[in-house]
Amino acid sequence: MMDRVILAGFGGQGVMFLGKVLAYAGMGADLELCWIPSYGPEMRGGTANCSVILSDEEIYSHVIDYADAAIVLNKPAYDKFAPKIKPGGVLVVNSSLAKLDKVREDITIIQIPATDIANEIGNSSIANMVCLGALLPTMKLVDLQKIEKAMNELTGKKRPQLLETNLNAINRGMEFIQE
Amino acid sequence: MEKVLMKGNEIIGEAAIRSGCKLFFGYPITPSTEVVEYLSKHLPPKGGTVLQAEDEIGAINMCYGAACTGSRVLTASSSPGVSLKQEGISYSAAVELPMVIVNVNRCGPGLGGLGPAQSDYFQSVKGGGHGDYRLIVLAPSTAQELYDFTMQGFDLADQYRNPVLILTDGFLGQTMEPVVLKERPEPPKVDRSWVVDGAKGREKRILASYSLTNEIGEDNNLRWEKKYKNIQEKEQQWEEFHTEDAEYLLVSYGTTGRICKSTVLNARKKGIKLGLIRPITLWPYPEKAFIPYKDKVKGIVTVELNTGQMIEDVKLAVECKMPVHLYRRQGGMLPNEHEILDYVEDIFSLTAVEEV
Amino acid sequence: MEKIFARSKGLTDVAFSFCPGCTHGTIMRLIAEVLEELEIIEDTIGISPVGCAGFCQNFFSCDFIGAPHGRAQAVGIGVKRALPDRTVFTYQGDGDIAAIGTQHAIHAAARGEKITSIMVNNAIYGMTGGQMAPTTIEGMKTSTSPYGRDNILDGAPMDFPKVIANLEGAVYVASVSVDSPKNIKKAKEAIKKAFKVQQAGLGFALVSVLSTCPTNWGMTPVDSLNWLRENMMPIYEMGELKVTEEVEAL
Repeated sequence: MMDRVILAGFGGQGVMFLGKVLAYAGMGADLELCWIPSYGPEMRGGTANCSVILSDEEIYSHVIDYADAAIVLNKPAYDKFAPKIKPGGVLVVNSSLAKLDKVREDITIIQIPATDIANEIGNSSIANMVCLGALLPTMKLVDLQKIEKAMNELTGKKRPQLLETNLNAINRGMEFIQE
Repeated sequence: MEKVLMKGNEIIGEAAIRSGCKLFFGYPITPSTEVVEYLSKHLPPKGGTVLQAEDEIGAINMCYGAACTGSRVLTASSSPGVSLKQEGISYSAAVELPMVIVNVNRCGPGLGGLGPAQSDYFQSVKGGGHGDYRLIVLAPSTAQELYDFTMQGFDLADQYRNPVLILTDGFLGQTMEPVVLKERPEPPKVDRSWVVDGAKGREKRILASYSLTNEIGEDNNLRWEKKYKNIQEKEQQWEEFHTEDAEYLLVSYGTTGRICKSTVLNARKKGIKLGLIRPITLWPYPEKAFIPYKDKVKGIVTVELNTGQMIEDVKLAVECKMPVHLYRRQGGMLPNEHEILDYVEDIFSLTAVEEV
Repeated sequence: MEKIFARSKGLTDVAFSFCPGCTHGTIMRLIAEVLEELEIIEDTIGISPVGCAGFCQNFFSCDFIGAPHGRAQAVGIGVKRALPDRTVFTYQGDGDIAAIGTQHAIHAAARGEKITSIMVNNAIYGMTGGQMAPTTIEGMKTSTSPYGRDNILDGAPMDFPKVIANLEGAVYVASVSVDSPKNIKKAKEAIKKAFKVQQAGLGFALVSVLSTCPTNWGMTPVDSLNWLRENMMPIYEMGELKVTEEVEAL
């Protein structure tokens, strides 16, 4: 079993962090995994993206041609990565920043106003976590429990408050799906 | 054993520290910079030294000096930087200095781009600098191998008194994968009676590579040649993947080596008997790997990130007994497993197999 | 009979192989005497360059490493960083240190590397047969400046010690000559101080020594000493160019 996930948005939207949360969730669950940043000469600004592969068997190729799922936090990220989802895959779109006109029919598109929800919670920078919550139920190899554990490792010790905010955001994302 | 999640480049640094490397001399260049950054943070607290040199030439010559004292020393760079180091590498090979050099290969020629490439294969395995010398070249394909081969590199360097090159790329360097921090293997017993550390209670020593006469020059070349032959005999390393019954072989190392494993599995699902030989030592080239397949396999495709460099060594290894083709991407682009299989099917006209 | 002069223990038995009148031998002897007097022969690692100066590895009785052309200081820094309690010195010609190896010299000084560099300035590339060096003086004929060095085309000769003296990490910089007994004495004092600076861990020390090259200058040994006095000493600033307070206090 394998989850191949693309995460994309503006620099500063916490795309790399989102990837790390998934990666550490995989570590905690003793899965095979790769966290692959797109890297370039520009350190700041522009589009940021990374990919995470989680697998319960050895990962050979870590080049993602088509992903099982993606989270796109803005319109340019949507335009770039919507075609990169394999048929039957899942695409979570931050609809606060990406209004879609034409959409693919062969994938599940979850449009969630993540930035608006994040603002409601009182922290605009956690739209990434809201989207993660929306994606989580469809992932094969990680669940909320594993994410919580990873989050605890990444931020818990140093910034317990941030941990709570993030988990709150993830829950809001999950609730949105249930609604 | 401790398992960590780290970037490939950082893993190299950690492996170096755990190998007893106390000195790093380098110069920042993308996509290798995390090596010097990681060591700058983690080596000095452990009593080591990290010096950011004025340039790559300075860095490699500092390595040369430090290695003359018998200390374990590392440098890391990327293609244009490694070009600058070639003079120092040649001298280090001539004086027979153990050291580990990392090349995080980016695409070229010229400044090129930061994407993964294997365009420095010739430079790495055929000498690179002036004079007739060889480096032991290791080609990792996972973060775990970056760790393991860095450790092994220091031991091989000591064992053979020869510089060792780790040839990797930015894709491996930037990717985070879990790595088991294995204990350092028992270091080889090595003769240190050549080091220069002050002539206290012994005859003075000179480490230099100038040969005063042609006769001395030839003697030196013969001595080095003998060492290189010995390494070629003893140190060929490779991995085989579904080769036992293979009718066709892929040959690929590093990043593309692991991509090819996915290709092999996909091919097998289609009934194509494809296997993979993944060279681990690029020098010595694992010629022995090909012996069982020389008269058995119908054809070979090398998969490379260059215009076809390793393919020459494959053709030599199989004595041109079968067709050897090349599938390559360049300029920082990576192939995916499907396009490699498409090429294999096409070049060997295997589309019929699918229908069988 | 009392023995009043002996070959320094800092030198091996190997006879100098330099051309008649070349002052390399004098300079090496001075360094050897300093190593002996400071009792550091067995603790010292010398770095030899490429060029005539490179032969020094055979003449000194301490350990030696032969560096690529211009890289002596980088090599020396590698040794010093690995073995901080040893004494490391480089012996380099003007072409080695002030042309092809400039970057290493400048940054060794900038970082205050605790090594000692001896620069031998004979205004020419000796071993390759007398080509123009960064230190060749205006109008001087060499095989690559057959009509005389043209300052418009080639620039004015570089007073390299002055360049180094500008850098904070260089704590002792001197320019000396071995053209007369009096100057030889001064030269030795400067060289000794440059080694003491290293022993005290104060920073980078450079001593430039003006030297002759009778063969490539096309002169007799005596004429070449006169030529050095008349033509080189006026354009290269002589004496101690930089002595920091800490060095002064040594």
